[in-house]
Amino acid sequence: MTQIVRRTGQFVVILALFAVVSSFAAWPVYRQTPPGSAVVVLTFVHSAGRKAACRRLTPQEIAKLPPNMRRTEVCSRERRPVYVELDVGGRTIYRASLAPTGIAGDGPSRVYYRFVVPAGGHSIAVRMRDSARADGFDYERQGRISLVPDQLFVIDFRSESGEFVFR
Amino acid sequence: MVIAGVRSALRRGFELIERPFERLFGPAINPLAQLGALGFFFFWIVTVSGIYLFIFFDTGIERAFDSVETITNEYWFHAGVMRSLHRYASDLMVVMVATHLLREFAYDRYRGARWFSWFTGMPIIMLLYASGITGYWLVWDKLAHYVALMSSELLDWLPIFGEPIARNFIATGTLTSRFFTLMVFLHVAVPLFLLFMMWVHILRMSRPKVNPPRLLAGLSLAALVAVSFWNPALSQGHVDLARAPVEIGLDWFYLPVFPLIDLWGKGAVWGFLGAFFVMLGMMPWLPPLRRARPAVVDLAHCNGCKRCAEDCPFEAIRMVRRTDDRPFPAEPLVNNALCVSCGICVGSCPASTPFRRTEDLKTGIDLPDFSLRDLREQTIAAAQQLPAGPRVLVLACAHGGAAGRQAGTVVLPCVAMAPPSLIDFVLSRDLADGVVVAGCAESSCYHRLGADWMKQRFAGTRDPYLRARVPRERIAMVWTSALEGKRAAAEIEAFAARIKSLPPRQPRLPRSSGTSAPRREQPLSDVESRA
Repeated sequence: MTQIVRRTGQFVVILALFAVVSSFAAWPVYRQTPPGSAVVVLTFVHSAGRKAACRRLTPQEIAKLPPNMRRTEVCSRERRPVYVELDVGGRTIYRASLAPTGIAGDGPSRVYYRFVVPAGGHSIAVRMRDSARADGFDYERQGRISLVPDQLFVIDFRSESGEFVFR
Repeated sequence: MVIAGVRSALRRGFELIERPFERLFGPAINPLAQLGALGFFFFWIVTVSGIYLFIFFDTGIERAFDSVETITNEYWFHAGVMRSLHRYASDLMVVMVATHLLREFAYDRYRGARWFSWFTGMPIIMLLYASGITGYWLVWDKLAHYVALMSSELLDWLPIFGEPIARNFIATGTLTSRFFTLMVFLHVAVPLFLLFMMWVHILRMSRPKVNPPRLLAGLSLAALVAVSFWNPALSQGHVDLARAPVEIGLDWFYLPVFPLIDLWGKGAVWGFLGAFFVMLGMMPWLPPLRRARPAVVDLAHCNGCKRCAEDCPFEAIRMVRRTDDRPFPAEPLVNNALCVSCGICVGSCPASTPFRRTEDLKTGIDLPDFSLRDLREQTIAAAQQLPAGPRVLVLACAHGGAAGRQAGTVVLPCVAMAPPSLIDFVLSRDLADGVVVAGCAESSCYHRLGADWMKQRFAGTRDPYLRARVPRERIAMVWTSALEGKRAAAEIEAFAARIKSLPPRQPRLPRSSGTSAPRREQPLSDVESRA
């Protein structure tokens, strides 16, 4: 009898511990953003042009190259950074010069920036510069969006068509 | 020092929980003494339930979620239960690993020769989390979306990926079924690496506990099944890539780092994780454990009986081909890097008999800093200090509750260092009326196997045996932790009272006078021939 009580006690203790563990497997609920807000993500992958222009080789330089590796011009691998700005409601909330990726700096620039805004209407403007110009922008889009609570709104850039995409 | 203070506080905390557990479960199945074994046990439950779930799981992008829903709702009575077992056993593995780590730290069982097990525990933690997180992706519910976004955002912070991985989880059409095939592969491959590391983790241990006692395993499995019925694991709604997964029921065992990303930022979280593992990796040397010199073999007194190698709790002794001309095939070789100087090998050596008359008492294997001769002399000296009345000599473990006693106490690195013949020696020479072997806590022996070996030697099931002629009523075993000095004292007092009520005995031999060497009862050659 004592043995049964003892085993029951042991089982109850183990059961209670496991029940507590199972409770924390999905509780308490975590809320990442305040209620009534939406999430906006600015993200794209885009390669700017080469940092330095290609240079034509002189005939002497070409002649020095092995016959199977002769070419007419040499180009720098390194790319220029991509400069981007994002305005929400007339206020610039993100501004960055995105360095090219890769050890040699020859990869595309990339951005993934997530931020939270209240649900509702917002005016958005996004601008990007990938050329050698010192000011002004090569690509730009602005518009008014309406966000519902918990919406995931994405601002992307399509390099092929050279336009920003809102979705 | 700060670390020592934290360790001490943590140890007191464990003591508070551990002693009631030991009273309820007994030392044999105390779950707190089986944390590593329970970790293995839950791993096997996760493996078996995972294989079962894979029969029903569909890796298609559109059907992954639906197949999990079918498992949970339509086949709830078998596959659904398996899903819950899979999840909760995984969570329990985290609990076991975390508690195991804290307990080994609290009891200072991670420094010195034990650094290897501590260090190899780190990749286990990493792989365990990688296994769990990849599993959560497979359900492809809102939680999976959250896990996918947060883990890929965290990875994207590292400047090693050309394109942000998180971009795949914010718009429809970017994911294909191949993604789930990859995730299934990862969710199988990572746990296989985990199992490999679990094996490496216990490599340097003799008789590692990889299976919990059957009763504990049965109770745990029954409780896990009951919890699976009571609180089944559920999905949290199909992924909608157009909506942010902002309100989710998190698994706080596997995913506590993700909310930290919102609080601290990704760089700080990486910094925290890096600092955590660097700190963890350095722990065995903060500061390094100062230990006595390792055991030394004396081939002149060794017949290669292997008992020391079999009893060593840390695989520090292995038998190698004999290097002298004595007619024995093998000799023990001590790996100094693994030896913790516990002296268990000394207690197991058949040549360790204090009865021998030789002035320079030697044994086949001995501790240079606390030799068998020192033990015999300290025992005789301690016996002489015993007050009149029932004279109770205490052989105390340095890590147990009786280590702080003064009079009539000999403190050993481990009680299993005392050969059973020492008890015989004390009682037959009338050095004391009773002997108490006061070890450390029974379910958390500091040197892993000392308590087991001592009990088995006394019970006559493990060499070297305690002779039948030794009056058992004059011997007591007390198992208390270092913080249970009062309980140790009370149990020793109670034993002394029992001794007092025993009829006077006739010593087989006259009481030894002082430290003079006792009569040689058994020549070394006899000992060797028995071995």
